[in-house]
Amino acid sequence: MNIEEQKEIKLKANEIRTLAIKMIYNAQSGHPGGSLSASDILSVLYFKVLNVDPKNPEWSKRDRFVMSKGHASAAYYASLALKGYFPINDLFTFRKLGSILQGHPTIHVPGVDMTTGSLGQGFSTAIGMAIAGKLDKADYNIYVLIGDGEMDEGIVWEAMINAPHNNLDNLIAILDRNKYQLDGSTENILPLGDIESKIKAFGWEVQSINGHDIEEIYNAIKISQNKNGKPKMIVANTVKGKGVSFMENTHEFHGKAPNKEQYEKAIKELETEREKILKEGST
Amino acid sequence: MESQRVAYGETLLEIGEDEKIVVLDADLSSSTHTIMFGNKYKERFFNMGIQEQNEVGVAAGLARSGKIVFASSFAVFIVGRAYDIIRQSIAYTNLNVKIVATHAGLTVGEDGATHQMLEDIGIMSGLPNFRVIAPADAPETRKVIKKIAYMDGPFYVRLSREKVPTLLNDYEFELGKGILFKDGHDLTIISTGITLSIAVDAANDLKAKGIDAAVIHMPTLKPIDSELVSKYAKNTGKVITVEEHSIYNGLGSRVAEIIAEHGTAKLKRIGVMDQFGESGPGWALLEKYGISKENIIKKSMEIIR
Ligand SMILES: Cc1ncc(C[n+]2csc(CCOP(=O)(O)OP(=O)(O)O)c2C)c(N)n1
Repeated sequence: MNIEEQKEIKLKANEIRTLAIKMIYNAQSGHPGGSLSASDILSVLYFKVLNVDPKNPEWSKRDRFVMSKGHASAAYYASLALKGYFPINDLFTFRKLGSILQGHPTIHVPGVDMTTGSLGQGFSTAIGMAIAGKLDKADYNIYVLIGDGEMDEGIVWEAMINAPHNNLDNLIAILDRNKYQLDGSTENILPLGDIESKIKAFGWEVQSINGHDIEEIYNAIKISQNKNGKPKMIVANTVKGKGVSFMENTHEFHGKAPNKEQYEKAIKELETEREKILKEGST
Repeated sequence: MESQRVAYGETLLEIGEDEKIVVLDADLSSSTHTIMFGNKYKERFFNMGIQEQNEVGVAAGLARSGKIVFASSFAVFIVGRAYDIIRQSIAYTNLNVKIVATHAGLTVGEDGATHQMLEDIGIMSGLPNFRVIAPADAPETRKVIKKIAYMDGPFYVRLSREKVPTLLNDYEFELGKGILFKDGHDLTIISTGITLSIAVDAANDLKAKGIDAAVIHMPTLKPIDSELVSKYAKNTGKVITVEEHSIYNGLGSRVAEIIAEHGTAKLKRIGVMDQFGESGPGWALLEKYGISKENIIKKSMEIIR
């Protein structure tokens, strides 16, 4: 990926973060921490990887994306709006009575491939989609984003055993390894230990990357697209709350909206970051 | 207005000195407030991570080894995800596990349908050995938790996320007994859980219209107080049930069974009409889905006619 392209995707990630914070502030509810940690991954997926058509969301040959950590819906909806699935303005109905943008993603939203919110289930349904892709001899891939807290769920490991058994090399899972869940750090609540080795032992091909480095994310996905009979897992090492200093590396803003003062500070920081990205490469 | 889940956390803390008590949660202890117990009695508190199935399995093992176990999470996850394990390892075995679920019903609010459990009274009442309780407010929650801690066998307690009006400070909780909150002769409104305040408001407005409605709060869904239901069905001849639950398999269904078996009365049920909820402010959702003072009054006028 060249510098200009990278810059574009960084700017999109910055927009996703900014919109997500605005949406959550406007709704006075939602999940900032896990939205911010996933924004760079979502930006690479939506603006560089996914073969989708916002004008035809149910196009049968599209790549699929399942947001298994559905609580990060703010960043997800923001990505879909930026991609052109629906107007940006709709984002400000998020979590309000009568809105199509429910607290957790539903397949009624254009571009959403699976309803999620109950952790672990999205990962399992992605396997179903990958099996269907195989049955139909289709060329598309299935991408699924899961949380590290989400890895606690038994269903994730049931799915983990199943995917290699079905030779699902059309399945690319990305683990948002931000090291925090709802009640605290993953290492305090239920340590995942050497997660790369564990997943590898289940028969997956595993890469470990910096989940905020656009180029690393993109390259890892490219490598994962090879058809060698194995499902792929990209462990994306991320920072919960990335981009807003006081939301970083804490569970405090897992599921809490910022107040006015916090909101203003957050937006200011994201604006500063935007200006920084804009200046990149121009010196 | 007081929070039932804070009352739950405080009560666990209060009875927590008893070394037989063990508390489990599944990465929601800051929302269910079991963390209050967890902070003080670290060695007897287990945050299982996001593992509702393993949580109730472990609860069963602890109970089989003589512990009094409280296991918590949101209603939708602990009942939904873990049902089979609850059935085989806690209900069939008749073990001493108290499942206390918070965030039941529509009043979960903005998180939306995925998080709004509307079937739990039905699911849990279907399990032999389980007793099912939905307190109306914070004081009643305290009394329920204290009482069931020392009653043998499995319980399911259904709590809400929202703060609710305090009404039952001066009432005792007795398992299987309904509470006659207000007597009346023209019709009977029966409510369970946090809808009591709505039922009381409706009864007050009805009074102004010259209709004298009795209000019964039914904290125990199982075993339900069929005697009280039968008596008021007979005396007033008209019954309206109100619950933050599906119209199927909850309070309304139980009352319908009692009325059909033991007597005759006209019945109208208010609850969620076989549909999923949505995102929005909790109390506004209750209004939208007809669990409201206005709807109780409307149904009362219909049934009186
Ligand atoms: C089955 C289930 N149990 C509990 C929850 C409540 N919950 C929502 S998010 C969350 C923590 C998720 O942590 P993680 O997967 O690490 O997400 P991230 O840090 O990326 O936001 C929990 C416990 C849920 N949504 N689903």
